Parts: sequence; structure tokens; C-alpha cells
Amino acid sequence: MSFLIGENMTGGYGSADILHDCTIGVEQGEIAVIVGPNGAGKSTAMKAVFGMLPLRKGRVMFDGEDVTALKPEERVVKGMGFVPQTHNVFTSMSVEENLEMGAFIRTDDFRDTMTLVYDLFPILKEKRNQPAGELSGGQRQQVAVGRALMTKPKVLMLDEPTAGVSPIVMDELFDKIIEIARTGIAILMVEQNAKQALNIADKGYVLVQGANRFTDTGEALMANAEVRKAFLGG
Amino acid sequence: MEFINALVLLTNYIILPAATYGSQLALGALGVTLVYGVLRFSNFAHGETMSFGTMITIMVTWQLQSAGVSLGIFPTALLALPVGIFVTVLLLLACDKWVYRFHRQNNASGVILLIVSIGLMFVIGGLVRFIIGPQDQIFADGSRFIFSARDFKKATGLDEGLALRTTQLVTIFTAAIVVTAVFWFLNKTRTGKSMRAYSDNENLALLSGIDPDRVVKVAWILTAVLATIAGTLYGLDKSYKPFAFMQLLLPIFASAIVGGVGNPLGAIAGGFVIAFSEITITFAYKKFISYVTFDAVQPEGLVQLLSTDYKIAVSFIILVIVLVIKPTGLFSGKTL
Repeated sequence: MSFLIGENMTGGYGSADILHDCTIGVEQGEIAVIVGPNGAGKSTAMKAVFGMLPLRKGRVMFDGEDVTALKPEERVVKGMGFVPQTHNVFTSMSVEENLEMGAFIRTDDFRDTMTLVYDLFPILKEKRNQPAGELSGGQRQQVAVGRALMTKPKVLMLDEPTAGVSPIVMDELFDKIIEIARTGIAILMVEQNAKQALNIADKGYVLVQGANRFTDTGEALMANAEVRKAFLGG
Repeated sequence: MEFINALVLLTNYIILPAATYGSQLALGALGVTLVYGVLRFSNFAHGETMSFGTMITIMVTWQLQSAGVSLGIFPTALLALPVGIFVTVLLLLACDKWVYRFHRQNNASGVILLIVSIGLMFVIGGLVRFIIGPQDQIFADGSRFIFSARDFKKATGLDEGLALRTTQLVTIFTAAIVVTAVFWFLNKTRTGKSMRAYSDNENLALLSGIDPDRVVKVAWILTAVLATIAGTLYGLDKSYKPFAFMQLLLPIFASAIVGGVGNPLGAIAGGFVIAFSEITITFAYKKFISYVTFDAVQPEGLVQLLSTDYKIAVSFIILVIVLVIKPTGLFSGKTL
């Protein structure tokens, strides 16, 4: 049994199902990556795990507990952190205020967590008093990840963290994500840049039309001729 | 000397009244902008909410006056304000509980909430006239002037008089304190920041564990505080007319939109822009011109751009110009 797992998830927004018997999981300290073509239901699968999609079948287990019935904000309290793909920072608020809002549910002193975030993303410390909306795309993503880390989550879910950033910034972000995983946090992410993402992944899920097509370690998927040909551009 | 007379004239007839009126509009617009930022609709009931809060304050003021309580040279209504605020908070929370919440839970669009607020506007307005009647009420007491025009002339030897009315001083001073407190609250406290976060990005606020019900409640409480203070200051300054508050809606909305709706700083700036525009455009410059031109020019008419009867048109014109040229307002609003 995985630390976080969405098992046999079936469901969609309206009457038509988007996910069909889809299973996605991640272990503590590991990075799991969901890849697949456009419209494969990658983000939807992630949202389903986080409780933003009604499930008709299947369940979500987190840390040995069935959280299927919990609302997203209740899952945050349980220790799940989520970084949406867009609109993931408070643009009119300063970087520091963004982090404070991330720690809103905490009643204890969160200054040490903030220091950790600033250590991880030194540029944010420099720009702490600047509105997050004025930062570059890569810096914004750092704020978004930092905000989610402020709750001290046990699992961090990232929806396309590198969307719209340059290749150099992408590499930097991946390095940071590895660093976060090393602290023992489980990381589940959806990625467009399949090759780079599978390179750092402990586990990879290839989704097609809302169903699992291939599930293996990142390395094995990279080596799989069929996966390479169909999804990684040869 | 002539030049100083001209300056005194402007201060007496434009700067002081406009600063006073601007403070009242700014407080009103701040309430509108707050509701817009957090609840995402234009609250047409705001004018009548001001009227309601003022009515309660007036009735408590009468009680205090008959009990012989007074504040010396300052109006007794200031003592009654907390009660007025408290009852208005209860009114708005009741409105939210029984009216707005239903629509919020159904994810009603801003237009539906706006129409709902128009309904509440009529209900609250009717309630006010039912309780206190439709006629004017004068409840300002204390001394009328801090210094009068005659005192000023005697002290300075100038031809022009400058009067500072007690209500003007009280209005500007109170508005400054209230605005500072609101900004401190929004920028420094945890609850205030959570309101800004909710206004900025509702979904992300939810993900951060910010309780929307609490944010909405605090927004209504703040709105009630601002509305009651704004209405009472306006009533002290100009006498309380229940029908005036519906008319006051236009300059208040114009202020909020000119500054950028949803932006508190914009609401304040907008209030003063509208107030100064209304008063400078409807002021008769005849005397001013003869002062600055050393009597060389004696205009025949009043040199008034627009009759004061049309002063409401000024805010309307500014509103239209802003919506055509820069719909987001001076401070590009949308969030708190």
C-alpha cells in the first residue's frame, strides 16, 4: 500500500467520465510523475486525488486513512499540499504575505518553515516585499511551491510546475523538486516535459484517455521502446 | 493682500467643503469597494445601509440629549455612533444570513447579487422611513463653528472670511482615523490579510485553509462600520434626509469606480476626485477672478461652469468618462 494512492478512480465533471479505472500513487521521499498526451486526463487524475473531482468509483488513501470523502481544504489540513497549474499565487500580495497565507491553518510559529523556504529559494528572500504578480514566471512558481510547503505537507502535488518557463528555469525547478523530495516529502506531479520529468522520477505513470497505459519506474519507462516511440518523441 | 483674499476664498468655499465631502464619499466608497472585492458584486443597498446606521445613531443621540449627556463643542452623535454601528452590523449580518448566503451557495453571478441588493435597498429604505419618517432630521449639536468667518476676519484683518465648522473638522479627522485603521487592518493583521487573499484568488485562499464564511462575515462587519460612520458624518454636515442616500449612491459608486473598484486606496482617491470635481465645477468664480485680476476684470455673470442643481451630473460624467477611457480606474482595481 502506497503512502498516497488514488485507486481505480473513475469519474468526470459531468455525466461523461474522464478517468477510467485510473490508479496513481506515490511513496514518501519519492517523486511520481504523470505524463501522457494532451487530453489524457493527467491534471484531472491529479485533481481527483486531491478531491477536486467527484469520483463515481474508487477511493483515495493517504497515510493509511481513507480520505475519499474529504474536501480539498480538509485534505490540506491532513498534510496534502497542492500547487495548481495557473493562478497559483496571490498576485497583489507580497512574496512574504503569500507564504504567510500558505501557513494560514497553522497556529504554531511558522518562522522556521519560512526560513526553510527562503533557504530553498534564495531569490524569494530577496524579493520578499515585492508583489508576487510582479515576479517572472519561474519566480512565481517558486512562490507557489513555497506557499504549499508552508503547511509542512507530507505530500506535495504539482500540476505542471514548469509550464511556460524557459528550459534553464525548468532544470532549476526540477533540481529544487528533487531537493524537496530528499527531505522526505512525497511528490506527485503532472508534466508536459515528459523526458526531463521521467529522468528525475522514481515512478512514472503514462496515461492515455484517462486510463493507465504504462506504469513503471522512470528509468524503465525511459528505456521502454514503445513509450519512447509513442510519447517521448523517439 | 488681494491674492491672500483669493486663497482664503478658495479655502473657504472649495477646499474645506470638498475635503469634507470627499472624506464622506471616501468612507462610503470604501464600503462599496470592500463588498465588491470580497463578495464580488456592486452593493446597491450601501446608501440605505448608511441611512439605516445614521437613523439608529440619531435615535440614540436623542436619548442621550434628553438624558443631558453632551460632548461639549463636539456633536453628541459621536457618542451614539458605537450603538449605531452595532445595530447596523446586526442588520447586515442578518441580510447576509437570510438573503445573500442563499445566492452565494448557489454560486449566483454578480449580476444576480446586484439585483438582490437593489431589492434590499428598497426594503431597508422603506424600513428607515417607516421608523423615523421621511422628513429631515437635524441632530447636530455642540458648537457650530471652531472659528467663524467673523472671528477670522477680526483676527487677520482680511476682507474674506474663513470659517471652520465643527462638523467639517470632525468629518476630516474621523475619516483619517477610520481610513488608517482600515488600512492597518487589511495590511497588518492575519484576518485582514486573509481577506485580501480571498479577494485576490478565491480558490487559492480555499486551498490555504482560509474560511470563506469568516471572511464574508468580517467584510460585512467592516462595511457596516464604514457605512454608519460615513452616513452619520454626512448627516451631521448636511442634515439627515432619508431620501438623500439613494442619490448619494451615484457619487459613491463613481468614487469607487474612478479609483478602481475593489481597490481601497482607489476608493479614497476617487472620493476626493469626485468631491473636488463637483465643487470646483459648480463654484461661482466671479469674486475670485476680481481678486486675482486686481479688479481689472469684473465679470458680468457668476462665472459658474454648472449650476449647483446639476452637481450630481458631474459625478455621472466622470463615471462615464472613466468607464470609456480606463474602465479599471486610476488604481486598476479588482482586488483588495
